[in-house]
Amino acid sequence: MPSYKLSVNGKTYTVEAEEQMPLLWVIRDLIGLTGTKYGCGIAQCGACTVHLSGAPVRSCSFPVSAVGEQPVTTIEGLSEDNSHPVQRAWIAEQVPQCGYCQSGQIMSAVALLADNANPDDEAINAAMNGNICRCGTYPRIRKAIKTAAGYSH
Amino acid sequence: MKPQDISRRDFLRQASWSGAGLTLAAYLPANGQTHPLIINPVAEEFVSGTELMSWISISPAGKVTLMCNRSEMGQGTFQALPQMLAEELEVVLDDVEIVFAPANPEKYGPQPQEGSFSVRGWAPRLLRAGACAREMLVEAAATEWNISKNECYAENGMVISRKTQKKLTYGALVEKAAKLKPPAEVILKKRSDYKIIGKSPPRKDIPLKTNGSSLFGLDKKLPGMRYAVIERSRRFRETVKGFDDSETRKVPGVLHVFKVKRPVFSQYCEGVAVVADSLWAAMQGRKVLKVDWNDPDFVLPNTASLENQMRENLQMIGNHPKFETEYEQCTQKLEASYETPYQSHSCMEPLNCIADVRADGIEIWGPIQEANWIQADLSQRFNIPAERVAVHMTFLGGGFGRKAFPDYPYEAAFISKEIQAPVQVVWTREDDMTVGPFRPGAFYTLKGGLDAGGNIHAFQANTATQWIGQEWSASPPSAPEAAGYNTGDFEGLLHPYRQGIPHYSFGGAGIHSPIPVMWWRSVYASTHGFACESFIDEMAHLARKDPMAFRRAHLPDPRYQALIDRMVELTSWQSRGKNQGWGVAFTECFTGLCGHAVKVTRNTEGKVRIEKVIALIDCGWYVNPDIIRAQVEGSIVMALGAATMHATTFEDGKAIQQNFDTYPMPRIADIPPIEVHIMENDEKPGGVGEPGLPTFAPALANAIFDLTGRRIRRLPFSLDEIS
Repeated sequence: MPSYKLSVNGKTYTVEAEEQMPLLWVIRDLIGLTGTKYGCGIAQCGACTVHLSGAPVRSCSFPVSAVGEQPVTTIEGLSEDNSHPVQRAWIAEQVPQCGYCQSGQIMSAVALLADNANPDDEAINAAMNGNICRCGTYPRIRKAIKTAAGYSH
Repeated sequence: MKPQDISRRDFLRQASWSGAGLTLAAYLPANGQTHPLIINPVAEEFVSGTELMSWISISPAGKVTLMCNRSEMGQGTFQALPQMLAEELEVVLDDVEIVFAPANPEKYGPQPQEGSFSVRGWAPRLLRAGACAREMLVEAAATEWNISKNECYAENGMVISRKTQKKLTYGALVEKAAKLKPPAEVILKKRSDYKIIGKSPPRKDIPLKTNGSSLFGLDKKLPGMRYAVIERSRRFRETVKGFDDSETRKVPGVLHVFKVKRPVFSQYCEGVAVVADSLWAAMQGRKVLKVDWNDPDFVLPNTASLENQMRENLQMIGNHPKFETEYEQCTQKLEASYETPYQSHSCMEPLNCIADVRADGIEIWGPIQEANWIQADLSQRFNIPAERVAVHMTFLGGGFGRKAFPDYPYEAAFISKEIQAPVQVVWTREDDMTVGPFRPGAFYTLKGGLDAGGNIHAFQANTATQWIGQEWSASPPSAPEAAGYNTGDFEGLLHPYRQGIPHYSFGGAGIHSPIPVMWWRSVYASTHGFACESFIDEMAHLARKDPMAFRRAHLPDPRYQALIDRMVELTSWQSRGKNQGWGVAFTECFTGLCGHAVKVTRNTEGKVRIEKVIALIDCGWYVNPDIIRAQVEGSIVMALGAATMHATTFEDGKAIQQNFDTYPMPRIADIPPIEVHIMENDEKPGGVGEPGLPTFAPALANAIFDLTGRRIRRLPFSLDEIS
């Protein structure tokens, strides 16, 4: 089985995995970081969103062999203590209900704000439409993204 | 183990098992209010037939642990229940730890998470438990200081002497307090004195959900744990004829392949499990597994046949002669049919469960809505005493009724027993969406007649659906019955209008199908509400009356009058613009009253869009207003999906929709601005998690009628097709 050297949240891991194994399962089951979630397996729901060189990808549909040298960031890599502005905003607006999709929501929002410090509703729609929340926390997600944008000003 | 069989030693062992020092046990009879208060920490004195409950532990170091005996699937019980305990116990919520109580009905009471029951069902008991524990701590301090109890008060985890201002912490008092006889009566706080109830302290579970550390079922791992996925028949109750696992066994990591079964109500379904050392390997092994299924012993259902069955059964319901007479006298009459589909629960966390079956018992970890039921079910099916079935709850990534169904824990236990190792069974999204159980579809025929004054004189609601209760009892579907007259009370359908309508009738006709059905958020009200509140709107238009005023005239209960009056204030109901429409609907679900007003507009491209949703809930006495708002917001989003985006349909005996590509969900761009308002009154606590759902769809459909003149009588419909 091929071996891959991955940089995840600033740490280097060597994993043995089939080349087609999605990054999601490598992160969850081989590396043991379970904050990234399985929701659909076909890149429809966004629960598995992580960053590859800062850009959001759906890790359930991204083979480990395609990661290469690109650093991976997961929800666990945002901060040690929930202090990332997006995490703070999510807590301030009391966004999560069941919470299962929220790692993916937060990773998409972090990527959006890195690109666009002050996103309007349309930009939020475009960046967040790949993430499903069955509890329906969308109104609060929208609010929290604006709150987070305010923190960095 | 019956309560009366628990020795004091057992009790202490259980107390220490709960994790933190001595338990100030608050043992209350399960049916709460009507019983005299019985609180008794001495096991020998248990009254036969009362249940043991204890939720509060305090360590000698003063750490307070509040148990949440209900599951947390997003609805906020993990916050609301401890808020009630902490209020009366006089501790600051920040200073307490909240933990899940494992399944133990004798200690924590029954734990089924359904019927929006957590606050409305548990408030009396938890408030009393907190108050009794507080009084025992106060008494311990008074004894210590040799003063009267009245000279002491509790605050912030301490007992304080009024005279000397001396203080003793709960931690210092707990050992003595636990030996005291609890008070026979306690005085609960006045609502105006609340410091925690009625406020929205930040949810303690939220920080765990913003950094990936919250433990869902799928995140739990045990040493030596195996992973299993199961190939199940897509045609529900087919059995396994045989399987070819030659390719499966070549997949690295695959350890076992064998036939398994799964309980579905009174029957077992079959499947073939692939067990591997990683989930990925198990999934790969399943992809190359070939299973032959026996021909089913039932006619393969499809959506058209199910719908025809419902339409035909509606026709077979006989009318009540008294109702017929009254209906015939009406000045104006209307009859309409409404149709609603099967739905998938589609919790974001697909079903999963860990079981470790050992010689000494079964241990379960998972996202479970009904811990006691799982305990009882596995105890019975594996013939193991219930106290040797330990059920540990994780957070649930959504539940909505689906995770009350005991099939997936059984599968895990079956496989663990077979391989003699702990195993996690994982359902893929496709399994989750195609295997069911589903919310049943329901079809309706409604009849209404107006008197000369334009008021409803006679109202008939006939329903055909696959009744959920019938599945439980395994009885054959009853033949369509003659409709009753002025009898029956059906949430969302006749309730709450019975009082305001002189002659009403209800008829029901069950259909039979091998498709498993189960509660789905708000259960029957999810479809009843659409039929009834759309039809009431039709009647209002027939009477040429304002739909809001028409409802007010037929809902004489003062709570509804207040609800409707408040809704009028919140909407610009009377002053709609040219391309605007307003729709409204009210109903009741699990004792929570709710109304929605939806404003739609026609945009420049001629498309109808939802501009705004205003929701108003009357849940009486309440605990946490922000959680209430969150629940109603979420209910609206779920209802929007069910009304305008998705349905489960069947062909050749199989569910067609398998994943979110064919079962589209509301996404952020689909969500209109939502306002949620809460009525302030001193009514009994009512449901919150579900009442916010049923009236959204009819309010939207009524708004569309208001704007376009087009009446929606079938769900789901596409907003894009309305012009």
